[in-house]
Amino acid sequence: MPPAPLLELRAVAKSFGGVAALKGVDFTLDAGEIHGLVGENGAGKSTLMKIIAGVHAGDQGEMRLAGDVVRFRSARDARAAGIGMVHQELAIVPTLSVAENVLLGMQPRNRLGFIDWPAMIAIAKRHLENLGLVVDPRAEMASLPLGMQQLIEIARVLFSGARLIILDEPTSALSPPEITRLFALLKRLRAEGRSFIFISHFLDDVLAICDRVTVFRNGAKAGAARVGDIDKAWLIERMIGAGHHELEESYLGEIQLRGPEGAADAAVVLAAEGLGRGTSFQDVSLTVRAGEVLGIYGFMGSGQLDLARALFGKTPPERGILRIEGRAVRLRNTTRARRAGLAFVPESRRSMLFALEPLYKNMSISVLDRLARLWLKPKREREIARRHIAQLSIRPAQPDRPLGTLSGGNQQKVALAKWLTFAPKVLLLSEPTRGMDVGAKEDVVRIVRRLRNEGLAIIVASAEPETVLALADRILVMRKGRIAREFANETVSKDRLLAAA
Amino acid sequence: MSKERAAAPASEPAPAARASRRGQWLRLRLRNIAPFATLLFLVALFSAASPSFLTLDNLANILQQISVTGIMAVGLTFVILCAEIDLGVASVANATGIILAYFTAQDASVNIANLPLPGLAAIVLAVFGSFCLGAVNAFGITWIGIPSFIMTLAMLQIGAGICAMLVRGQIAYAVPKVIAVLGNGGLGPVPWIVIVAAIVLALAHIVLTYTRFGRYVYMVGGNREAAEYSGVNVRAVIAAVMIISALCSGLAGMLGVAHFGSAQQDEFDNYLLDSISAVVVGGTSLFGGQGGIGNTLVGLFVLGVLNNGLDHVNIDSFLKILIRGLILLAALIINVYAQRLKGLPEAGES
Repeated sequence: MPPAPLLELRAVAKSFGGVAALKGVDFTLDAGEIHGLVGENGAGKSTLMKIIAGVHAGDQGEMRLAGDVVRFRSARDARAAGIGMVHQELAIVPTLSVAENVLLGMQPRNRLGFIDWPAMIAIAKRHLENLGLVVDPRAEMASLPLGMQQLIEIARVLFSGARLIILDEPTSALSPPEITRLFALLKRLRAEGRSFIFISHFLDDVLAICDRVTVFRNGAKAGAARVGDIDKAWLIERMIGAGHHELEESYLGEIQLRGPEGAADAAVVLAAEGLGRGTSFQDVSLTVRAGEVLGIYGFMGSGQLDLARALFGKTPPERGILRIEGRAVRLRNTTRARRAGLAFVPESRRSMLFALEPLYKNMSISVLDRLARLWLKPKREREIARRHIAQLSIRPAQPDRPLGTLSGGNQQKVALAKWLTFAPKVLLLSEPTRGMDVGAKEDVVRIVRRLRNEGLAIIVASAEPETVLALADRILVMRKGRIAREFANETVSKDRLLAAA
Repeated sequence: MSKERAAAPASEPAPAARASRRGQWLRLRLRNIAPFATLLFLVALFSAASPSFLTLDNLANILQQISVTGIMAVGLTFVILCAEIDLGVASVANATGIILAYFTAQDASVNIANLPLPGLAAIVLAVFGSFCLGAVNAFGITWIGIPSFIMTLAMLQIGAGICAMLVRGQIAYAVPKVIAVLGNGGLGPVPWIVIVAAIVLALAHIVLTYTRFGRYVYMVGGNREAAEYSGVNVRAVIAAVMIISALCSGLAGMLGVAHFGSAQQDEFDNYLLDSISAVVVGGTSLFGGQGGIGNTLVGLFVLGVLNNGLDHVNIDSFLKILIRGLILLAALIINVYAQRLKGLPEAGES
């Protein structure tokens, strides 16, 4: 009989207010294993992870750690048992030094009770060197690149004694060399017998580093296999099931970007020359035509989202010229941008919606000055809201319902709807499908295509290649704030896109 | 994650949820119900404790007592709905009142080197003065980026400085005729000051509820970033509310000077706390976006009934100060608590 696995879950179930998030799931993790966890948003990955990390308690089932039944009442219990977690949003203190971050809460003290700095730096240095990380322990955390910050957080979790570390989307913000370095560290730790749960949307990364992988769908296990026995198509099939043709295509195949017969003779709606702002982007020139979707792709932090914000006047560009329908415009604030015919849907839902206000107010806010000079016209606002609700099939279809009670996908539709009452000239979408499940993503694809066919000029800025590939007619790739390559009128695939970034 | 948190109470009319529906309805309206219940409770309490409390005469007293605070609280309601604060209201009121007196011919016994002008000119200058103080606030907050808490703290001092410079420790008495009538006279049995306060409250209510600007105020307070991403000129809205607040303070200051019968340093010192209390006790959210003039009106009555009622029930006058502090604390707790309850469970992922 083989030795007991490090972690074993049997028939774990969890529901929230009557909705089953996990429906009796089995899961095992061996010592010295990297185990991939994939599935769409809402598939139950997060819930499982939170049960393991002690954030939630399971309703049913049992969890064994090294053969003993455990029941965590809090995240503290889980930490004490050697389970650590590295979130996508790093839990570091950016203003403190590397050494302080690594030894956070465990700083050595001298006889007077003060922090023993030389000892702390020496300990941190030794610990980081053992992990093969070359970094000055005195450096301020914020001064390091994101990838290094993440490795240091892993170092911290290890220092606190974790033998099992949950990594949530560890590669989403990393460049390829940073990913290589992360993987080297993980392999080294695996050889020492540490175990990892590797949660990711990036299937190539999962296939590259994991030993085994478990797929979740709708709160249940949809498959599990050794990585050597399967390929990406196998994973996608289990994640999304059949019938998601459009997205599968963008995941897997070569995409033929639209040729000159498309929009090439349409009028240029927005033209930028030499836009720049601080260190976030420089020397950006681009054009978008009516009826065209321009994708701007780059790794996280490459400047594409800053560029989108700048085009909408949120953080106005400091250099360069922006022309809309041939006329030079200076967008000093978002009101001017809106009046100039621009519309913007930001990447974070929180920053575009009024959760406590009813749907109709959320939709009318951006057109209020065209509906009402002085007196509001709530009847008209509700009418418009009803039209959008029907058009974009927003559920539940109640204009007076507080927006915060809608599901995420529906909130996203509301964020889009508020720009569609009077068609803008240019629609700027920042990460339009981030955090969405496949169904909602397809809705977005459909809506964007329809708007394009109606003659809108659309810019999609994203760090997710799938998003850009699924939506764009032409693609600009940004690297470190500059435009590195343009893909137009040719075939492109995910790997070529990544290679250009 | 949409599936996992779809359990949001507000999103399902399941049989189990039916029972908690009413509880939820109450919870979401705690902000409006609690102040009103407090008011009823206080009225009942003082009516039982003193026969002289629940009379028409005393109601008239209360109305007069809350009128000056009420006008100031209107401006503050705009500011607090935008999730800003104005600590300068009382100081600006005092300064405006003194500017008005400064430009009015005073009795020979008043030892102030002033500059007598026709009544209308004095009024215009005083209003302009309060406008300028509001504009300075607006500039500091929206252009320089000074937090309103600090900016208006400076304005509090500036206003006090203007008062000190103009009256130099003396007391002025005369104000233009119109203001004297509005502050002290009456239309039949109803004091003008109460009528003015009622008109200001009503106008503010109409602006906040039925105009585009009012909607912008709520939306900026509800989610400033979202308002900006919707193309709302957030700076302009905040600048406007700071100026509205200063103008309301100015009006309150002018009428107050007439009402009290004198213009002097530190005359309005209690009014800062009273007007902020009225807005907050009434249930307008300190985090912005929730509440309104209706809340402020109830808050004004709670404070007015409390101040007035404590006079009727033979209580140690030093204890009264403590009681007011405790009431304010209770209101703050309810305010923050109501905010938390209203933080609707988000159906989407974070």
